[in-house]
Amino acid sequence: MIEMQDVYKTYPNGVMALSGINVRIKQGEFVYVVGPSGAGKSTFIKMMYREEKPTSGSIMINGVNLAKLKDSKVPLLRRHIGVVFQDFKLLPKLTVYENVAFALEVIEESPKNIKKRVMEVLDLVGLKHKARFYPDELSGGEQQRVSIARSIVNSPKIVIADEPTGNLDPDTSWGIMDLFEEINNRGTTIVMATHNREIVNTIKKRVIAIENGKIVRDEARGEYGYDS
Amino acid sequence: MTVNTLKRHLRESIKSLGRNGWMTFASISAVTVTLLLVGVFLVVMLNMNNFAKKIENDVEIRVHIDVTATQQDKEALKAQIDAIPEVKEIKYSSKEEELQNLIKSFGEEGSSFKLFEQDNPLSDVYIVKTAKPTDTMKVAKKIETFKFAHKVKYGQGQVEKLFKTLKVARNIGLGLIIGLLFTAMFLISNTIKITIFARRKEIEIMRLVGATNGFIRWPFFLEGLWLGLLGAVIPITLILFSYYNIYDFLKPKLTNPFIQLLPFSPFAWQIAAILVALGACIGVWGSMVSVRRFLKV
Ligand SMILES: Nc1ncnc2c1ncn2[C@@H]1O[C@H](COP(=O)(O)OP(=O)(O)OP(=O)(O)O)[C@@H](O)[C@H]1O
Ligand SMILES: [Mg+2]
Repeated sequence: MIEMQDVYKTYPNGVMALSGINVRIKQGEFVYVVGPSGAGKSTFIKMMYREEKPTSGSIMINGVNLAKLKDSKVPLLRRHIGVVFQDFKLLPKLTVYENVAFALEVIEESPKNIKKRVMEVLDLVGLKHKARFYPDELSGGEQQRVSIARSIVNSPKIVIADEPTGNLDPDTSWGIMDLFEEINNRGTTIVMATHNREIVNTIKKRVIAIENGKIVRDEARGEYGYDS
Repeated sequence: MTVNTLKRHLRESIKSLGRNGWMTFASISAVTVTLLLVGVFLVVMLNMNNFAKKIENDVEIRVHIDVTATQQDKEALKAQIDAIPEVKEIKYSSKEEELQNLIKSFGEEGSSFKLFEQDNPLSDVYIVKTAKPTDTMKVAKKIETFKFAHKVKYGQGQVEKLFKTLKVARNIGLGLIIGLLFTAMFLISNTIKITIFARRKEIEIMRLVGATNGFIRWPFFLEGLWLGLLGAVIPITLILFSYYNIYDFLKPKLTNPFIQLLPFSPFAWQIAAILVALGACIGVWGSMVSVRRFLKV
């Protein structure tokens, strides 16, 4: 469960990116975050994994207030939240296997379990046969699958994605969406910022629209609602 | 931290040396150059310091005791000199011993002094050494005021000049050390600047998947350590090898008792130990500085 109350965010340069966000996202929901460029979608998402701290307001994730969370506790929070980005954020000098195993080594999982779990998720994203490849030997869609595999390898309750299909062609994007649906079907909450009108209008889910740092629309099975 | 995690850090730190090939090479080179300079410099400086110390320690105050002094007077004078806090050592040398020394120091021609054995014109002396050689002048002045201290000699004039020269030499040495350290820091921090950029993504991702700061630091710490230690290999080999040969070559040629090289063992090994320690410190310092910037959550 994610709950934001009166969340404001002003960046040090004076830009007010969020102004009074109130929202509740229940465990297991699938939520799109839409809105024009510069509306505050990424800022909204960064609040949830404590990349940025709110200027005021509270953000509760499974009973923990991120606004008051000590810096030293942030790593623990991140272990319960998977994050996926437009630019994949894979380490170019590690193989696919190593990139995914990384997230488990960090939490000091035993080597035996690491191996088992990594092969499981690579199987899920359909890249078991490319475990020994390096990121630059993969297509964009495959790289995004690896980063998704990494985000779910430690079985987080929540997966947050900022324009995960932003760099991918339409066909590949559908494949990635299938994967997110599959993950969602297993009970994981998904929060995804996107500019992809077709996806939002086809795979119908809850839509939260943000403009000028405010939620202007929040509909179950909503529409994308913008022209581009 | 579990054993598996430690193993992982060790493995990662070593793999990372290979993955960052050029950076590794550049960092090791920076450490190598620095340690080579520091090493050569240390060898020269410490040897010079050794000469200086030998010369300084040879400085002594000779207090000629008045011929009229009785045994009691002598004891009293000795007690007075002993009471000066800077005095380390006081030795008595009778005029007979003084004459023997004089005769000996002249070698063949010395025998002509034998005539004086009947009627010795020299005086008994106290030979005084101070704890710090530079206190010689001060102590000598004080002794001059004592009763029965007939004449006080310590090579007036020359000693002052000697101390001045040594002081200048040491200051130059200190200046060079500081300059060298600054050069080293510049070399290494430059290498680090490039490395930081290459590694920021790695640290960012580690933080994203929930690595604690401690966990992130470990492989970098170890990597820095390896870089420092590897950087020390060439300087140590070169210095051990060269010093061994130079020592062998110069040893028979140096007949002046003051100008003697420090013996290969343990001196060269001590230098090697210093270089290993310096290398490790430089390497660890460098990589820790570069990680720190990215650890602010
Ligand atoms: N680190 C930052 N420092 C200062 N201002 C920022 C920072 N990040 C974002 N902003 C500003 O905050 C506002 C919201 O940015 P944000 O990235 O959240 O928008 P967005 O909705 O994700 O846009 P896009 O669809 O283009 O990704 C913008 O005006 C942006 O310039
Ligand atoms: Mg954005």
